[in-house]
Amino acid sequence: MNVDWLNFTPWSSLAGGALIGLAASLFVVANGRIAGISGLIGSLLQRGSEGAGEKSLFLLGLLIAPLLWGLFAALPQIEFQSGGVGLIAAGVLVGIGTRYGSGCTSGHGVCGISRLSPRSMVATACFMFSGFITVFVLRHLLGGWI
Amino acid sequence: MNKLTAFIAGLLFGFGLLLAGMANPSKVLAFLDLAGAWDPSLALVMVGAIGIAIGPLTWARQQSRSLLGRPMQLPTKRELDPRLIGGSLLFGIGWGIAGICPGPAVAILLTGRWQAIVFMLAMLAGMLLFTAMETRRNH
Repeated sequence: MNVDWLNFTPWSSLAGGALIGLAASLFVVANGRIAGISGLIGSLLQRGSEGAGEKSLFLLGLLIAPLLWGLFAALPQIEFQSGGVGLIAAGVLVGIGTRYGSGCTSGHGVCGISRLSPRSMVATACFMFSGFITVFVLRHLLGGWI
Repeated sequence: MNKLTAFIAGLLFGFGLLLAGMANPSKVLAFLDLAGAWDPSLALVMVGAIGIAIGPLTWARQQSRSLLGRPMQLPTKRELDPRLIGGSLLFGIGWGIAGICPGPAVAILLTGRWQAIVFMLAMLAGMLLFTAMETRRNH
């Protein structure tokens, strides 16, 4: 295995992760809710969602975070690798997959593992596994991005 | 008060994603690229997040109400069904194509990049498709 030490950012990633953990903790301790982004968005897309106000405000905070950040510091690099077709395919798969799988990186990966849920551990193993395989196939077998 | 804490939690979540590098699809893909120049940073995002959240979530499991008196709404499903596994595998394929998962998709939406808007619209379409299929299934 060939580690890219040049782009390895252990401290900012650890600190960013801690902030994510703090946010998820605040949401469950104060609001009694799981900070799972796909679940929050998905439930707001359904009619008569309970707690729509709280869910919308959580998502509003997430939405304007870069704007507030940009007032005080330069935004970190955001670099895309896929073109339009890849983004559309990826978006649809992420949308359907997270709803069928009842969660994503935040709901299963952070909150679910933190509450020691076997379902979330299995889900996280599944999406990490297919993520690794997909990148391997696209980058090393097909040699480019769709 | 519960609206304020929800908003602050969302804001902190967004700052965390930005600081961690999760909002940069290239960095996410470099983490998923085990056979290439592998960037292990995102493993540390998980370590940091779970390290902080495990205490409060363990506390939450033993409560019926939150500190603000709201009902504690934790998932109750236990079974490892095909929907959980199949859905998560599909999600991982999408994540591996573009390097974007739902949290970062929201956090980068207003940064003025067309890619963020296209991804979000496709993701919402995917979620609506799920809702439509579920509605049909239940009728």
